Amino acid sequence: MKTWLTTTALALSLAMPAIAQDYQPDPNAKAGGSIVITYKDDVATLDPAIGYDWQNWSMIKSIFDGLMDYAPGTTELRPGLAESYDISDDGQVFTFHLRPGVKFHNGREVTADDVKYSLDRVTNPATQSPGAGFFGSIKGYDEIASGASETLAGVTVVDPMTVQIELSRPDATFLHVMALNFASVVPQEAVEAAGADFGKQPVGTGAYSLAEWTIGQRLVFAKNADYWRDGVPYLDEIVFEVGQEPIVALLRLQNGEVDVPGDGIPPAKFQEVMADPEQAARVVEGGQLHTGYITMNVNTAPFDNVKVRQAVNMAINKDRIVQIINGRAVPANQPLPPSMPGYTEGYEGYAFDPEGAKTLLAEAGVGDGFETELYVMNTDPNPRIAQAIQQDLSAIGISAQIQSLAQANVIEAGGNGSAPMIWSGGMAWIADFPDPSNFYGPILGCAGAVQGGWNWSWYCNEDLDAKATEADSMADPSQAEARLKLWSDVYVGIMADAPWAPVFNEQRYTMKSARMGGADELYVDPVSIPVNYDYVYVTE
Amino acid sequence: MAAYFIRRIVQSLLILLGISFVTFVLLYILPADPVRQIAGRSATAQTVANIREQLGLDQPFIVQYGRYLAGLVQGDLGRSYLQKTEVATLIASRLPASLQLMAGGILCELLIGLSFGVIAALRRGRMADQVLMITSFVAVSAPQFVVSLLLLYVFAVKLGWFPIGGYGTFAHLVLPALTLGILGSGWYSRMMRSSMIEVLRTDYIRTARAKGLSRARVILRHALPNAILPIIAMIGIDIGIFMGGLVVVESVFGWPGIGQLAWQAIQRVDIPIIMGVTLVSACAIVLGNLLADFIAPLIDPRIRLR
Repeated sequence: MKTWLTTTALALSLAMPAIAQDYQPDPNAKAGGSIVITYKDDVATLDPAIGYDWQNWSMIKSIFDGLMDYAPGTTELRPGLAESYDISDDGQVFTFHLRPGVKFHNGREVTADDVKYSLDRVTNPATQSPGAGFFGSIKGYDEIASGASETLAGVTVVDPMTVQIELSRPDATFLHVMALNFASVVPQEAVEAAGADFGKQPVGTGAYSLAEWTIGQRLVFAKNADYWRDGVPYLDEIVFEVGQEPIVALLRLQNGEVDVPGDGIPPAKFQEVMADPEQAARVVEGGQLHTGYITMNVNTAPFDNVKVRQAVNMAINKDRIVQIINGRAVPANQPLPPSMPGYTEGYEGYAFDPEGAKTLLAEAGVGDGFETELYVMNTDPNPRIAQAIQQDLSAIGISAQIQSLAQANVIEAGGNGSAPMIWSGGMAWIADFPDPSNFYGPILGCAGAVQGGWNWSWYCNEDLDAKATEADSMADPSQAEARLKLWSDVYVGIMADAPWAPVFNEQRYTMKSARMGGADELYVDPVSIPVNYDYVYVTE
Repeated sequence: MAAYFIRRIVQSLLILLGISFVTFVLLYILPADPVRQIAGRSATAQTVANIREQLGLDQPFIVQYGRYLAGLVQGDLGRSYLQKTEVATLIASRLPASLQLMAGGILCELLIGLSFGVIAALRRGRMADQVLMITSFVAVSAPQFVVSLLLLYVFAVKLGWFPIGGYGTFAHLVLPALTLGILGSGWYSRMMRSSMIEVLRTDYIRTARAKGLSRARVILRHALPNAILPIIAMIGIDIGIFMGGLVVVESVFGWPGIGQLAWQAIQRVDIPIIMGVTLVSACAIVLGNLLADFIAPLIDPRIRLR
């Protein structure tokens, strides 16, 4: 505890990365009870190395812990299985001191060997983890990724309670990476016993353990009575009922059978729910680290002309699009969402100005307009949004044909460069962790502008790429402010080139039953969607 | 007769092989890459390449299909790309629910269809006949998605007679089975009606009436069994229609069957599951048709199989 206080007091005061004053437990919270959460889709897996959709993300968080964690309801880091850590002066060596006496659900105590095993496992190509790339800054990553080594050279077990991680380059986001589910600590014996089925028989250290999984029907989480955080969780049991259409889940909630519909309020029912004061009072609204945008392929004429891209930015009536989705979003003028550090306050972006847009098109030599295609995912409300975009574009002479396809097909068209324009709805970037760097590399940086990548604009500005690299190497907490400024410059620089037309930042609406207790923040937790299972409780 | 069935079974196997090939081709040329679904948006190019290689998806089509067939022969349907669970396990754990629902659906469509058909035939040309035939027309045309939501809203939400979706008890089965049954009942009532009318016109019915049997006895003992036989033989063919209905009905009612499994797998491009469910459904349809052929000569000795 001493090292934690002395070495990180500085970081704490500079709030970079922001370290939370730990969460104050709710004095009104009551222990006990069981709640029902519904989902449309079956849960794919609970293996923390594999699970990477918003549905299993929060479930995995409740079964497993990593060295770092976030204070409930916030984007602020707090220590998890690591009681404290030290950072070397050059920012490249992290020493984590484990919390003694933490036990896996199978009763065995967690040691530094488990941390090393877990990191080796997630980066080993045989695990097929979608998150392996997050650990690229750890020394020895390239060797394990290419199969030349079975273990990460940079991760050393100092003693049973201490693990040291050496990086090959400074990485300002490393503590966030250690808070990702992919960095969860798993027991080797349980992983090996279950083999490929570990995702169905998870064993972790988390607040809940998996008590039952009837495929296609339900999962039951039981309270971990030995959980290392005092006082939580409150609930004895959480029942996840899967295979429930959102509309049916809402009916069941209104009937008192469901506590939280995991897929949210169906768009078609949103106005009806919000018009009823009794129901609207049980809806919690919050921001999320999400931006919805239109990409323009800079390799495809006429979008290779920056004036055309700027014209599109000026042609879109964002307020009207927000209305189309019942006001469940705020208009956006830059890639980063407002709740993300590095967001540029006061930046105006491109105002809605169809006449100015026409002038720009004329200057670009396409004053008579042109024909193009707008790709969109085929689930509501995205086709409706695409139609609004189509109308806005036709007002300045651009005739966009809508290609409404399944999600996987749109992703493919974006990744192989065949789509001139894409509306990102349903596939938009939602941050993995609350840091501006997470909105750059794969979707706006040169690294993502490759076959099968996610940079659907194919935008690659090498100057900005260099700035981004520089920002991410500013690992020293004292540089935090300068780093955010640099990131802000990067995003403003991107908007000058206008590879995207940012449209809106979606708000989140979580509906709950009358008996659910706990602060509103827990119901729009930026990390745990739909709710932070460890801290909510029932009042009856 | 034995030769006929051996030939039919061989034909069926060839049909299944053909279906597996066509499905595999369709999934192969699909403009969506399953590896990208597995790898997610943060994966590096190297991770994507690793996963592609491990799943054998970097191999040419013929090698991939050959490997799949080799597994199939050993009863191995492969593992789900995203869940990592064996497809056979996933299907086996969901099949009982689908079979229950189908049994319930068949029962519903027979009960509704046959009784409507008989009544309409007996009241031919009158009000009851017209009402029932219009009803059956609506039943055939109504989309199952709408029917299921309507039933759910009226009988579960408003009246509270049945649970709102889910699985487990008999009460849970009623509404989804009814939804499935309503579609078929429309066909059955129309066919039952014409079959019944035909039988009522035959000489032996006239003879039965002439020798003084009561109207009820004539209908129940003489007309009905003869009219019903050709219709029963159709149930086997019905299984194919039911398989399609399962996808919709199971999704709406949260019924944990293979229809729901297929729907979720399609959205996630989880090819091994899509293949597995397609093959199991194809098997069911082929078996249903075989069964119909088996039953036909037992019901009507005039039918000879060669």
